[in-house]
Amino acid sequence: MKKIQRNRHFSRWIPALFMLALLGACSGSGPQSGQDDADSNLKEGSVAQYTGESTEIAVEPPPLTDGIFPCNDCHSDIVPNPQRRELVDFHDDISAIFNHDSENRWCLDCHDMNNRDSLRLASGKLLSFEESYKLCGQCHGEKLRDWKVGVHGKRIGEWNGKKEYLLCVHCHNPHSPKFESMTPEPPPVRQEDIKNYQPKNQENNEEK
Amino acid sequence: MNFIRFVKGSIQLFFRGTKTYYAWLLFLFVLIVWGAGGYAGQLRDGLITTNMRDSVSWAFYIGNFTFLVGVAAAAVMLVIPAYIYNWKPIKEIVIFGELLAVCAVIMSIAFIVVDIGNPMRFWHMLPILGTMNFPYSMLSWDFFFLLAYLIINFVVVSHLLYAIFYKKEYRKKMVLTIVFISIPMAVGIHTVTAFLYNALPARPFWNSALLAPRFLASAFCSGPAILLILFQILRKITNFEIKDEAIWRIAELMVYAMFIYLFFTIAELFKEFYSGTQHLLYWKYLLFGIGDNKELVPYSWLSIGMGFAAFILFLIPKTRKNFVTLNIGTVLIYSSVYVEKGIALIIPGFTPDVLGQIYVYTPSMTEIRTAVLIFSLGSLLFTFLVKVAIAIIFENYNIGSIRGKEESVRIQA
Amino acid sequence: MKKSNSRRSFLKNISLASASALALSGCSLKELEKFFQKNFRTLSEKEKKQLIEDLEAEYKEKYHKEFHLSDKPAIDGTLFGYALDISRCIGCRKCVYACVEENNQSREPQIHWIQVLQMEKEKGIDFVHSDVHYNPETVPEEGHFYLPVQCQQCRTPQCTTVCPVKATWQEPDGIVVVDYNWCIGCRYCMAACPYGARHFNWGKPEIPEEEINTEMHYLGNRPRMKGVVEKCTFCIQRVREGRYPACVEICPVGARKFGNLLDPNSEIRYILENKRVLVLKEELNTQPKFYYFFGV
Repeated sequence: MKKIQRNRHFSRWIPALFMLALLGACSGSGPQSGQDDADSNLKEGSVAQYTGESTEIAVEPPPLTDGIFPCNDCHSDIVPNPQRRELVDFHDDISAIFNHDSENRWCLDCHDMNNRDSLRLASGKLLSFEESYKLCGQCHGEKLRDWKVGVHGKRIGEWNGKKEYLLCVHCHNPHSPKFESMTPEPPPVRQEDIKNYQPKNQENNEEK
Repeated sequence: MNFIRFVKGSIQLFFRGTKTYYAWLLFLFVLIVWGAGGYAGQLRDGLITTNMRDSVSWAFYIGNFTFLVGVAAAAVMLVIPAYIYNWKPIKEIVIFGELLAVCAVIMSIAFIVVDIGNPMRFWHMLPILGTMNFPYSMLSWDFFFLLAYLIINFVVVSHLLYAIFYKKEYRKKMVLTIVFISIPMAVGIHTVTAFLYNALPARPFWNSALLAPRFLASAFCSGPAILLILFQILRKITNFEIKDEAIWRIAELMVYAMFIYLFFTIAELFKEFYSGTQHLLYWKYLLFGIGDNKELVPYSWLSIGMGFAAFILFLIPKTRKNFVTLNIGTVLIYSSVYVEKGIALIIPGFTPDVLGQIYVYTPSMTEIRTAVLIFSLGSLLFTFLVKVAIAIIFENYNIGSIRGKEESVRIQA
Repeated sequence: MKKSNSRRSFLKNISLASASALALSGCSLKELEKFFQKNFRTLSEKEKKQLIEDLEAEYKEKYHKEFHLSDKPAIDGTLFGYALDISRCIGCRKCVYACVEENNQSREPQIHWIQVLQMEKEKGIDFVHSDVHYNPETVPEEGHFYLPVQCQQCRTPQCTTVCPVKATWQEPDGIVVVDYNWCIGCRYCMAACPYGARHFNWGKPEIPEEEINTEMHYLGNRPRMKGVVEKCTFCIQRVREGRYPACVEICPVGARKFGNLLDPNSEIRYILENKRVLVLKEELNTQPKFYYFFGV
């Protein structure tokens, strides 16, 4: 119960995270509905499927927009075009915000051309979305190291036991990774304004 | 049994007096009622009725507490010159000094009681019954010392008065021993009170080794001031024989104390202002204000001004020996120390607070009313005690006067 | 005669007078029992159990919910440490309010265990020019960084030494706690704390019934009463169950790190050994277990 509340807080700030997928972006799914979907993913806590014995790290499920994955549902019918270009018909929302060394990179530097359900390292090795941190680590090696030891990024769970790592993409939009500014919670009441208070039930209700 | 008679006899005295006396009682009574109303509000709603907040978590109450500890300490220390210079009424000086000390200690403890959030849990501070954090907490030292000091002084005064009341010889050896214990104790209570603040590295304003010496010096200005006035009144209305020379001598000693206080303070200020560390901030707030926050500035300069004026009046022999200017100086120095301890000592210790935030504190009405309550209760107690002492010492009120009355009552019946 | 006697005793000890007056005016047995309740550390296991049952019942009656009140002692071999990445914190104050909700702080009058200070990058860590009341449209603000301050869980805490009644102490796992039923409210600890980490219930604390956290620890987030001091306990009710403190879990930038200092493989130890770390007001020798570090 408690956890759900936390996650809801969590979702409030995740800035436009869910542009990750390549395919089938339903026109109705703006960032708002994307957040809700991420919520439902987190609520179910379906971590187990990503925690293979071979994968070293238990992560929270990647924040994929519902209905957009598997990408191949659409992309299997499309002939891949390796030409670097500005996307106009589809994924134009990503093009619009794309700001991740955009001078030198585009979609297929990270997404595999032939299997759109996979990411691809520079070596050619394919990666699932839940291992995306390895892809990020290709360039941001120091960050990956810090992330693995728990210095960079965030973990939830137990300090001496099972933890879940948040992936890079939970906090950074992979297409525009700069952390977005957010509205701060209200400042504390000035001590000058803390006055003798007569409890009124009405006020309590209003607060809620 | 005898002691009960003594108490009974003393209490009867409370209700005898002139019109002025009753007017004074009425005045105190009005103040007590007004003050009690304020304190009742605090008991009901909590310390939120004060203007203390997390940033300034001690303020006016604790300042008053400190001031009164100083008064209590100085009252007894006056015995030293009386003894050294062999003033004739040394017994009387001891009695009135200790009566003042008793009242001041009671008032200072009362200020602690009103300051704490859960006064009903006061017993937690006691040894055995509670879990007194002795010897680690300076507050438990302070409480312990004050209580011991209160008891010692109370025993001496009541024994002396009791002996005179019954026309017996008082136990000179015992009284002398206790008086000589109570003198270092007097130094002790004020030192421990200074250590209370001094012990906090978190508050650089107090964390100076000169704090305790400054406390003692300032106490030696304010405590005798009350007695100076009292002695003059006693001289007028009773056959209390204190010579002008003794009074001037007290004033002279006060000048020394003022000078030492001034010297210590200048030493402190020099160190702070010349080195100009972050710790200077609190002095700056006190003396000049920080930015637009100049709330304490009038108080601090008022205190300095009054102190200086008193110093000059006491320093020049002509004005020291003129009773008009002497009394003006007495009032000035008393007020100066009161403002210094009540406002200028505690609040700058908390402003700015440990995280650099400024919360502007000034006492709330509740705090003023509660302080008035304690001061007027204390004055009432002091009035009663002095009245008893006067009657017993100077008006020959003794067991005989009660007996005579009791007999007459019996005869009537 | 009677009158002046009572007047005297009133003067001598106003508190005891009012106490006996209250007792005489027929307050319930429970109140009396509470009045005579001993210091938590001197209670026997049996007394503790009874006390906890009573409190659970009392809270249920007041808030109409089932409560779980724990008195779980420290786990052997733990010493809790905390690290906060100054280079990450953006000053969003999510931690402040997560803490309030988790630890049942009073909403009215408001109590916050975490103060987030906004500082100027140009000046570095400088409390005097810091601001807790910053309120821009969005954070972080240009040219500023943020320094959240809460209890630093010092190894040599000055707040516990000065307490005249031993109502606050350091637990074996390093958490400094307060027995709210023993605290007399003298606030000496607040004067002694160099970090402004202790907070006082100036008035009667108010927590909305629907927002109260029912998972509680006796030395932690159970509801406080008027006139006692409270402070951050690293969420003692959570960390003794193995969980992260609430502020760690809410932090949107992952600036907050927590773990066991005695475990060489813990993330907190990694930070201490590999990052540039600082503690606040080092010169006071409080030896905080709350470290600030620069992740980048």
